[in-house]
Amino acid sequence: MIHSLFLINNGGDLFLEKHWKSVISRSVCDYFFEAREKAVEPDNVPPVIRTPHHYLINIYREKIFFVSVIQTEVPPLFVIEFLHRIAETFQDYFGECSETTIKDNVVIVYELLEEMLDNGFPLATESNILKELIRPPTILRSMVNTITGSSNVGDTLPTGQLSTIPWRRAGVKYTNNEAYFDVVEEIDAILDKSGTTVFAEIQGVIDACVKLSGMPDLTLSFMNPRLLDDVSFHPCVRYKRWESERVISFIPPDGNFQLMSYHISAQNLVAIPVYVKQNISFFETGSSGRLDITVGPKQTMGKTVECLVVTVHMPKVVLSANLNATQGTYNYDPVTKILLWDIGKLNPLKLPNLKGSISLQSGAPKPEENPSLNIDLKIQQLAISGLKVNRLDMYGEKYKPFKGVKYVTKAGKFQVRT
Amino acid sequence: MLGMSANSVSYNDQGSVESGVDAAQENSNISSGGSGGAAFSLFSADCKKNEDLKEMLENSKESLKLEAMKRIVGLIAKGKNASELFPAVVKNVASKNIELKKLVYVYLVRYAEEQQDLALLSISTFQRALKDPNQLIRASALRVLSSIRVPIIVPIMMLAIKESSTDLSPYVRKTAAHAIQKLYSLDPDQKEHLIEVIEKLLKDKSTLVAGSVVMAFEEVCPDRIDLIHKNYRKLCNMLVDVEEWGQVVIIHMLTRYARTQFVSPWREDAVFDENNEKTFYDSEEERRVDESKPYIMDPDHRLLLRNTKPLLQSRNTAVVMAVSQLYWHLAPKHEISIVTKSLVRLLRSHREVQYVVLQNIATMSIQRKGMFEPFMKSFYVRSTDATHIKTLKLEILTNLANEANISTILREIQTYVKSQDKAFAAATIQAIGRCATDISEVTDTCLNGLVLLLSNRDETVVAESVVVIKKLLQTQPSQHSDIIKHMAKLFDNITVPMARASILWLMGEYCEHVPKIAPDVLRKMAKTFTSEEDIVKLQIVNLAAKLYLTNSKQTKLLTQYILNLGKYDQNYDIRDRTRFIRQLIVPNEKSGALSKYARRILMAPKPAPVLQSAFKDRDRFQLGTLSHSLNSHATGYLELSNWPSVAPDQSVRNVEVVEPVKEALAPALGKSKRAKSDEKFYSGSEEEEEEEEEEEGSSSEDSSSSSGESESGSNSEENSDDSNKSSSSQSEKSSSESDTDKKKTQKNKKLQQQKPASKDRKLKNGKAANDESRSGRESDTESSSSESSSESGSESELDSNSDSGTDQKRKTKSKTVQSKPVTKLAEKKEVSLLDLDDFSPVPVTTPKSSILSPSLLSDLQGLSLSPGASALQASSPVFVPETSHELLHRMTGKGLSAQYRFTRQPCIYGNSMVSLQLTLSNNSEQALENIHISEKSSSGQNIHRFSAIERLEPQASVTVSMGVDFNDSTQAAHFQLCTKEDEFSVSIQPAVGELLLPITMSEADFTKEQGKLVGMNESTATITTTPENISSQSVNRNVVSAANLGVIPSNQENIHRFAGKTVSSGSLVLVSVALKDPDALITVNTEKTVIASMLLRQFKTALTNITP
Repeated sequence: MIHSLFLINNGGDLFLEKHWKSVISRSVCDYFFEAREKAVEPDNVPPVIRTPHHYLINIYREKIFFVSVIQTEVPPLFVIEFLHRIAETFQDYFGECSETTIKDNVVIVYELLEEMLDNGFPLATESNILKELIRPPTILRSMVNTITGSSNVGDTLPTGQLSTIPWRRAGVKYTNNEAYFDVVEEIDAILDKSGTTVFAEIQGVIDACVKLSGMPDLTLSFMNPRLLDDVSFHPCVRYKRWESERVISFIPPDGNFQLMSYHISAQNLVAIPVYVKQNISFFETGSSGRLDITVGPKQTMGKTVECLVVTVHMPKVVLSANLNATQGTYNYDPVTKILLWDIGKLNPLKLPNLKGSISLQSGAPKPEENPSLNIDLKIQQLAISGLKVNRLDMYGEKYKPFKGVKYVTKAGKFQVRT
Repeated sequence: MLGMSANSVSYNDQGSVESGVDAAQENSNISSGGSGGAAFSLFSADCKKNEDLKEMLENSKESLKLEAMKRIVGLIAKGKNASELFPAVVKNVASKNIELKKLVYVYLVRYAEEQQDLALLSISTFQRALKDPNQLIRASALRVLSSIRVPIIVPIMMLAIKESSTDLSPYVRKTAAHAIQKLYSLDPDQKEHLIEVIEKLLKDKSTLVAGSVVMAFEEVCPDRIDLIHKNYRKLCNMLVDVEEWGQVVIIHMLTRYARTQFVSPWREDAVFDENNEKTFYDSEEERRVDESKPYIMDPDHRLLLRNTKPLLQSRNTAVVMAVSQLYWHLAPKHEISIVTKSLVRLLRSHREVQYVVLQNIATMSIQRKGMFEPFMKSFYVRSTDATHIKTLKLEILTNLANEANISTILREIQTYVKSQDKAFAAATIQAIGRCATDISEVTDTCLNGLVLLLSNRDETVVAESVVVIKKLLQTQPSQHSDIIKHMAKLFDNITVPMARASILWLMGEYCEHVPKIAPDVLRKMAKTFTSEEDIVKLQIVNLAAKLYLTNSKQTKLLTQYILNLGKYDQNYDIRDRTRFIRQLIVPNEKSGALSKYARRILMAPKPAPVLQSAFKDRDRFQLGTLSHSLNSHATGYLELSNWPSVAPDQSVRNVEVVEPVKEALAPALGKSKRAKSDEKFYSGSEEEEEEEEEEEGSSSEDSSSSSGESESGSNSEENSDDSNKSSSSQSEKSSSESDTDKKKTQKNKKLQQQKPASKDRKLKNGKAANDESRSGRESDTESSSSESSSESGSESELDSNSDSGTDQKRKTKSKTVQSKPVTKLAEKKEVSLLDLDDFSPVPVTTPKSSILSPSLLSDLQGLSLSPGASALQASSPVFVPETSHELLHRMTGKGLSAQYRFTRQPCIYGNSMVSLQLTLSNNSEQALENIHISEKSSSGQNIHRFSAIERLEPQASVTVSMGVDFNDSTQAAHFQLCTKEDEFSVSIQPAVGELLLPITMSEADFTKEQGKLVGMNESTATITTTPENISSQSVNRNVVSAANLGVIPSNQENIHRFAGKTVSSGSLVLVSVALKDPDALITVNTEKTVIASMLLRQFKTALTNITP
């Protein structure tokens, strides 16, 4: 399956290689560099590249290309999904997945890659198991290790690996038993010039932080499960119970994990929390243009909209912007051509407005298309779909856990066409 | 620059082998001659550094060794060569420090191939570790041993794999499965031995091993499909519990398997039946007969589809994709669309995932627009998408376009044309062209839109528009001379060669439509000929030739000028073309017959190009594969075979729980017997019957299992009274029945005593043999053929056929064919039994019943069970209450009244349903038509409706049966009873006792099972009884009338035991009543505590309010 892995940074430096079968020369990456050059933007690199003897499947994440070498037929999603899992594991271990952290922890990275794949086939990918095999680095532990010579590597087989619930460690103990759930919903929407909704849907996830002793068996039920159009679960969730009773029944992994994700489709009416009035125009002559954007609240269910950010990908010919914001700060980056307006909290009484002129490259024809606006926002204590958790029950253990549910609504891919 | 660095690496690699050997010698020197290491570090700084690493490794301090190993791993990670350290590293292979050891393993696996001889030094360590009590150490030893690619150790590896494949730890066995692939790639000659190991591991019951061994199977022997047969059902059933990566591999393998083993479900006339579990029990023979009849899906095929479906909810995108492709390739057409939602969900995932999923959706959407049309908006393009994502989304939108949604799509596409991403804008124009050709209604709109785009400022947009317009115009040139003129005007402003060439070609092709403009264009081109691109020059020559033929007066000189220019062009293609054209069109003495046809050659009508999707031919590849993504055969791609026209033998998948009896009898029974082996696996009985009864037996088995549970239920104890009132033929029959009954039971007893041994064995085989049906059949054998029935089950059949069957009979007579397969099946089976009653002209049903002493029955059942056999026998109800409940009063029902009663029979429509009998009467003046249960009614419960009653005459009544899955709760089932004109909401409230089915077991088993269900699962109550109640008969009667339970024969006089199971979940319900004058202790043992408490309450009232 996966033959080798190369990590390449945005500048084209190959800084890590790992082979699970016999060694493949890194010159195979030349084909990748060729494609990379052709694509201009790193996002445009095709995920699957064919070379005369190999196939390169790559992902681009956190400014790193994970390039895997494949020799025979394999479902491409299998590899892609696995590469993302590797990146997530790094993030989990080192706090972030970047070139520096990978270089700093190269030994742990190598040990992890060794455990995650055997002969190119995934072996252990559950973070709970990996953490028992190879302990994540902490400052304290690395100090102790250098003094005592003890190691980061566990010497017994993690119990989870053998059981039917590989995601949970055995013998978990906490003094404070707690289970917190975050219901996070993201609105994906496209609004057209006049502000009408072209397309809108809600994507939700329930993130959990469960720190419970022993082997708790949890059941989470909703007030209105019928809202959910389509769901996908962490492997710990019992499909059958969901099918028959519409409750989420599971033995949780230890720590943080994503319990489920769901989807509420365009068929249901999706509330759009803000409206945007915009006027961007480029003049035929004079190499300049005008920009005027106002944001106001629409359907916020009585909650405040926070962390409001408007991002505009300007056309290539825009040189600079001379604007005036009534609230928040704006910044135009002439290299990436991104205009970023950080508004912050939305005050419904005094609507934030950004107004001013933009100057274009002289002589260049005026851009044909107006740039679209991407909106980012956050509303605390609200699940915009109206989804409500009814209750959480625990079986199998005697103690009483602390329980909590938090709701957040965010803008996902929220785009306003102009 | 990169090539350089790669070169230098490979250069190092070459050098390293020798230097490694040198280093080995050095090392031996060092170890003998002390610290002379410095003397050798002459050459480079790098070498010096490694020297110092070597010293650290030689050091006795473990922390230093570890530090050195960490630095070495750093070198390996960067791709630097560290092979000369091999000897120093390999010494530490047996280190106690587990981290050090692991790092040594990393090193060893990386360099062993280059340093084979030295690598052998480490082998003995692994061989020792393979015997370690710690499974992690055993596993990692096997991992490393098998990863050392040194051909000499192949035999050692083989031995290790064989041993580990029988290891107690599933983790080690998993590692062994991985090792198989490694060994195979090292030495393909070992294939045969490895297949043996694979075969063994495929039988493994651990979910941990399954994925890995299937992976090995796919790599080593994907063609040995025969190894899968026996494990097929197991793999299907354990699939949900396998880890996610294994799931992907197994699903892909099973897809291939299913395509070779099952017949296509895609037949036009295919009729599907969700409840076809029943076919599981049908005899194969019958299915063969049915071959010409509607398609029935192989139960194993259905099993696969059913067990993969929940995986659509997986968080792993690869799993979701795998299931989707499985459904695409295996499921009946109408079921495929369940994957749509999940695929659309994946579009929220990472960019790379989107890319692959969109590719697959593009292929799917060509064949099945309907699947994705409701989700069209999910494919709308965002300006932030990557270009290849945008193009794919556009591709899908175009595929989805039809008359209904084209205006929406065009409006959406309009915004894309203006995109800053020019490659995407060009693709959009192509898409418009495709929409225009696909949907004739919008051709003109599209064309006008494209013409507008011709004045676009961007060159690529204009060029693409010209090319697309050219293609479109070819379909209907005559109406569009305006457009051609417009394009001629624009010609001067267009610089893209492809677009210029396209316009020129159009001019030439349709020069007759634009007779004035074309020569003028040619004139302009003559001026600029030399500075044009080659493709443009070719088209100029073409244009000239065509004009010369149609309008030689105006263009003769121009043409000759251009042909002369072309003659001396630098490009030989153009020179050739010019020469060819000249010979063709200019008549001279040398040019022969060809010039006569010049006009026909050049001006021949040309077929319009077909604009079609780039994904048109991708469906030749299995979806979700690498080959599909690349649109070409990838190495190791396994072709998906076509469906076989005739299904291969299905019995190969039966797992051998061989019944010795069958084995012994098989030869004697001949061909028909062997063909039925499949059935026997499931029904597991009836060996002792003679061959000729075989046919009859199987049919009676079917009918008893179906109709025994069916509408028949009208039998009750008071039968003898009732039968007097009923028609003569019936009473005659029932009396004869009651006579023969006794005889038969005696015979049965005898029979059963004769063959206790064989029966014992059968029961031990663990099949829940249907005692009822068997005894029914046995008595068949004994009784004369005119009476095709004997006791309980089969008897009730007869009854039901004679009375409640009347309306069905009427239907069959009037040849109304029913569309529902289930009813059809049931009906068909009944026909053979109906013969007897064909002459009975009873149009109206009266509730009828049969009698059988409960105690006799239970005695019989007690006998049939050998003590010690632990199988639970389902039995027929001991007591069937006659009371009906009102469903619909005639006042509210506008003349239609309905009553229901519980028949207490297992339901024919589904194992988890409670069977009900509905009596509908028409009390009004007019006939009622089309009485049925509304489709969209049920309140959550699964209801099997009775087939619609076409017409019910005034004052007539009819009895039908239906099934409701109450899900083991006493919640009422609500539904709508409809006539042609009206709809009535009705509900059925089940008593808790009706949610049970009786079973029989021996007293010993009862106590055993009761012992398992204690604590929470036990509820007790004490009641005070009156003396007249304590007679065992009255207790029995009261309990069985309150709840549908079987009576357990008891040795103790004062303890009465009853057993049943819940209909839906099949949980055991045990009831015992201990009489201790004056008290009675009622105990209910069951997992369903709610049911227990409700039952207890019922029994309390039933036993205290006893009437003597």
